[in-house]
Amino acid sequence: MAARLVKKLSSANLSGSRFYSSGVRKCTLIPGDGIGPEISAAVQKIFAAANVPIEWESVDVTPVKGPDGKFGIPQAAIDSVNKNKVGLKGPLMTPVGKGHRSLNLALRKEFNLYANVRPCKSLEGYKTLYDHVDVVTIRENTEGEYSGIEHEIVDGVVQSIKLITEDASRRVAEFAFQYTKENNRRKVTAVHKANIMRMSDGLFLRCCRDTAEKFPDVKFEEKYLDTVCLNMVQDPTQYDVLVMPNLYGDILSDMCAGLVGGLGLTPSGNIGLNGALFESVHGTAPDIAGQDKANPTALLLSAVMMLKYMGLTEHAKKIEQACYDTIKEGKYLTGDLGGKSKCSDFTNEICSKIA
Amino acid sequence: MALITRNLPRILNQFQAVQSATPRLLHTTIINNTEAEVSDRPDSRRVCTLIPGDGVGPELVYSVQEVFKAGGVPVDFESYFFSEVNPTLSAPLDTVSKSISKNRVCLKGILATPDYSHTGELQTLNMKLRNALDLYANVVHVKSLPGVRSRHQNIDCVIIREQTEGEYSALEHESVKGVVECLKIVTAAKSQRIAKFAFDYATKNGRKKVTAVHKANIMKLGDGLFLRSCEEMAKLYPKIEFERMIVDNCTMQMVSKPQQFDVMVTPNLYGNIVDNLASGLVGGAGVVAGASYSAECVVFEPGARHTFSEAVGKNVANPTAMMLCSAKLLHHINLPAYGNMIRNAVDKVLKDGKVRTKDIGGQSNTKEFTYAVINNLVPV
Repeated sequence: MAARLVKKLSSANLSGSRFYSSGVRKCTLIPGDGIGPEISAAVQKIFAAANVPIEWESVDVTPVKGPDGKFGIPQAAIDSVNKNKVGLKGPLMTPVGKGHRSLNLALRKEFNLYANVRPCKSLEGYKTLYDHVDVVTIRENTEGEYSGIEHEIVDGVVQSIKLITEDASRRVAEFAFQYTKENNRRKVTAVHKANIMRMSDGLFLRCCRDTAEKFPDVKFEEKYLDTVCLNMVQDPTQYDVLVMPNLYGDILSDMCAGLVGGLGLTPSGNIGLNGALFESVHGTAPDIAGQDKANPTALLLSAVMMLKYMGLTEHAKKIEQACYDTIKEGKYLTGDLGGKSKCSDFTNEICSKIA
Repeated sequence: MALITRNLPRILNQFQAVQSATPRLLHTTIINNTEAEVSDRPDSRRVCTLIPGDGVGPELVYSVQEVFKAGGVPVDFESYFFSEVNPTLSAPLDTVSKSISKNRVCLKGILATPDYSHTGELQTLNMKLRNALDLYANVVHVKSLPGVRSRHQNIDCVIIREQTEGEYSALEHESVKGVVECLKIVTAAKSQRIAKFAFDYATKNGRKKVTAVHKANIMKLGDGLFLRSCEEMAKLYPKIEFERMIVDNCTMQMVSKPQQFDVMVTPNLYGNIVDNLASGLVGGAGVVAGASYSAECVVFEPGARHTFSEAVGKNVANPTAMMLCSAKLLHHINLPAYGNMIRNAVDKVLKDGKVRTKDIGGQSNTKEFTYAVINNLVPV
């Protein structure tokens, strides 16, 4: 009972901007591998320059062998996120085809991060073939094709299970509509393949339809995955918020990122039951790690998303604007954006804009 | 002798009618109409199964037939109305698949696949046809067309998609209420088969590189098996470069730098995604041709499968994809002169840019485009 009360109190705390007045908040920071530590340091520096009332708690998530003999996230990291409810995470390495499960997957499962939100917006100052892109992909993050249930029935025949549940589908659909409403967007598109997977995607689609009825002021449409792929590369402006199961979300969110210039520029947030984890979704770029060449934009914008989630809107806007302006001016751009500046130059420029 | 030649088609035709004795047979026995020609040039005419499909399919197929007629192409169509959304009018699957396996070639429009089935079936008609004929390899050649305005230029890639297993297995069940399991099946045999097909295709067509598209970092067993099969196959083709790419990265690369791709080999669903994405890059569903291969027969159909049902009867659809399909079909049945004739005519019309359908930024309609192509046919 007491525990429940405490939980209730803390969640009430989370939802509003109330804790703004409660002083400094703790946030878990998972710097990650490769270029992760450099870009995390850049974000910390910018946050310090903007006097954001946040104290970072840095944790390591290198897998350790647990009591059951399996490799998993260290307990300290889990405790930290559970306590702080918010975290920022740099890129993590996932070895292909090796024994243990992807760390990203494990983190998602551990903290029940059911919705992945990826806003993709064309940045002024960095020209791509596509202008005026402004889409948000919301992806179911706990089940679907990434349920991790696979087995080899007989030699040479593998069966992977795509798991779709009503609860999870409804939850993500509700989140999508809520997000659309709160962010003054106009339309939600459910992306599915129910013509092929009639039961599983059919269930997901049904949940979206049901939820749409509860939000009469948000426009709702249904599109096949292939149609969205085809139309997105021809005219991305026709889409607004997209909600979809796991795999489709993974593919489409990366594709949308490609439209605006790659994963180095797009933030990502994972919203869960026990808190939220914001991350940059680009790779660890081991080839340039430690050379002060990486672009911290994705992690910085993710951190901005985090601030918005925590209700620190003013700080968020200030940092976001400084970042956009720096890219727009184009004087200090990192190599991936066609510039010659170092990560630290870019960071310093943002800091000077904030100050 | 002449008597025999004249009567042979008729006898054959009767035999065929007996063989497929269904009351609601819609195919027009064109063999009858062309009897005179047959006796003139006994071996030169070829028969090809035709499935107009749903949506704008019939209009597009009609365009192709007009072009064939105008160009004097020695091909006769055995037409079947085949549809899932119109089950009562549809020819039975057996009849259609028999016809295709007999003729070895088929020109097919796109079949609409509804989200539900009246009988509660999970398999779509498309899947049934593919499984019945074992059309395992779908090949879509995406190439920037002259005169078609698009953001990316000089795209030239071939997407080879396994299309008999994977996510399209139609094995789904609701374990308890609100919990649905959908099985994705990956087998070593079929993965090896498609990998071999891809490398053979690359060899035959003088291509340099094969990219295997997968998600083996997450689906370690399923996509892992697919990837391993491709890797093993790659060792047997040392002259062709082999590359692996995760599907999400692949789509991102595709929209930013599509020129880097050559031949791509993919499991079922990813192929569907990449096909459509790539088609979008070069002008949309109306301009990309594709083909599905089995060991025995080939079905030529547009590369991005959209029925464009909102345009039915409006005379606005772009017949380019279907015409390019037919040109490929003619190449396949060893009538390359006719194939080139149609291909060149389509290219010329697109290049001139005077007659364009709306989807590629013009104002002309389907008929006008078709006539433009016909006017540009240079007879062989």
